[in-house]
Amino acid sequence: MKPWERIALPVAAGAVIVAIWIAAVHVSGTTVFPLPQRVLAGTQELAGKGVLGSYVRDSLMRVGAGYLLALVAGIPLGIALGWYPLAARSFNPLIQMLRPISPLAWIPISIVLFGVGDEAAVFLIFLASFFPIVTQTMNGVKEVPEMFRLAGLNFGLSAAQLFRRVLFPAALPQIVMGLRIALGIAWLVVVAAEMIAVDSGLGYLIIDARNAGKRYDLVVAGMLMIGLIGLALDTAIRRLETLRALRWGFRHE
Amino acid sequence: MGPRRLELTLDHCVSYPASNSTKLCVSGVNKTFRRDGKSVHVLEDIDLTVREGEFVCILGPSGCGKSTLLNIVGGFTTATSGRVEIDGEPVRGPDPRRIFVFQERGVFPWLTVEGNISFGLFKLPKHERERRVSHYVHMVGLKGFEQSYPHELSGGMKQRLEVARALAVNPDMLFLDEPFGALDSITRLLMRGELLRIWQAERKTILFVTHDIDESVQLADRVVVMSARPATIRTIIDIDIPHPRELSSRRYLELRDGLLDEIGLAHKV
Ligand SMILES: Nc1ncnc2c1ncn2[C@@H]1O[C@H](COP(=O)(O)OP(=O)(O)OP(=O)(O)O)[C@@H](O)[C@H]1O
Ligand SMILES: [Mg+2]
Repeated sequence: MKPWERIALPVAAGAVIVAIWIAAVHVSGTTVFPLPQRVLAGTQELAGKGVLGSYVRDSLMRVGAGYLLALVAGIPLGIALGWYPLAARSFNPLIQMLRPISPLAWIPISIVLFGVGDEAAVFLIFLASFFPIVTQTMNGVKEVPEMFRLAGLNFGLSAAQLFRRVLFPAALPQIVMGLRIALGIAWLVVVAAEMIAVDSGLGYLIIDARNAGKRYDLVVAGMLMIGLIGLALDTAIRRLETLRALRWGFRHE
Repeated sequence: MGPRRLELTLDHCVSYPASNSTKLCVSGVNKTFRRDGKSVHVLEDIDLTVREGEFVCILGPSGCGKSTLLNIVGGFTTATSGRVEIDGEPVRGPDPRRIFVFQERGVFPWLTVEGNISFGLFKLPKHERERRVSHYVHMVGLKGFEQSYPHELSGGMKQRLEVARALAVNPDMLFLDEPFGALDSITRLLMRGELLRIWQAERKTILFVTHDIDESVQLADRVVVMSARPATIRTIIDIDIPHPRELSSRRYLELRDGLLDEIGLAHKV
């Protein structure tokens, strides 16, 4: 793909979707669903009042806090589980049982534990990010080819050196993959958490715009904001995968 | 049967007392794998002596236990019974004085060519590390690729990189398990030449596993022919042709045909 196509094709596709959007509003004669220009005006209104910036910041802070906690707890735990087969056999069934429970199902418990507020939201994000990080890290360490370990031993590495110079770098692509999956889920979950547990952030914006005045222009503005930031986060973390020392672990093209 | 006789038959390393030039001595080695209650007898009573600086090929059918034997000698696996001694000392585990080059690519994909070659040099001062890296980069023909990552190299280059990484720590033995098995036939031929050149320059003792008869005749001082499982040593053939070897010489063809017979293959396809 040529560089200009990279920009031009998505812009063209976006224009088509917007055109369909406008046409659909006109044809259906809806009075509830806003036109793109109304959404744009709504966004400007929010930005003018200063709430857009502060809501985005609040959402990102919650994601940042919960995600960081998950990373700090999840990577060491995943490494330990990958390294000690006995630990994996003991704890992995439990982890794999908890993992498919949607973080949203934890909302009541998180409110009981932390009350209505930031902590509850951060806890939900933590849960959402924790399981993919642990699972990917564990698999990454477990699947390090035996011959890398043997080669490390052959060169006279101690256990600590073997971990630092062979196991960790060998597992790193999988760990980064886990980080990426977790970030995507965390961003999904923050919106839901903010609808219930707090009174700021993009999730709150959406639920509040609907409840307070059926302002669907603001609802859609909030949704688009969430989408754009999600895209930016994913693009940013994908950059990690293109680092030269990591690229071997990802199949590009 | 007197006790003395018993000792003679049981202990190859004692019955052929280690002379100064004996590098490796394998004596009465057996290996049985046990899995799911079933046991597979892989190696049976292996006796083998390798001299210092010798190039020995281990030849045998697939699945007979060549890799297993090499793993035992390399210290990665223990024998079920028997003794393995290198320089008169029992092998207790892997050792940087003896480097194993793996059948599959064992280079570390997260390190550059330079990073791979200096991997085992962490105990050396920086200037010595750099000196060795540049020496071996040159020797294996990877000049200009120092900063490349393995996934940016061809299969043959990766294999040379792994050999360079092994040589850089200045081991006195190299274990190579079908190192050229995955390469195309032209690269394979070139790599054999390179390995011989390096072996002649550095005088390492080399144990080289292969199931390629031609390869063994081209490379080895002696070819150890193993039988199918449970593997015993059927015979050991001296390859008495000086290097560089003429691949169409009468002696070469004779030795190769002898090995074909030994393995029990017809001379026609
Ligand atoms: N860890 C193990 N557990 C159980 N059986 C094993 C193990 N390693 C090897 N074996 C068995 O031992 C036999 C010999 O294996 P080995 O890898 O030594 O053969 P090989 O001669 O190197 O074969 P190839 O030429 O195909 O590489 C095989 O039948 C294999 O199934
Ligand atoms: Mg093998």
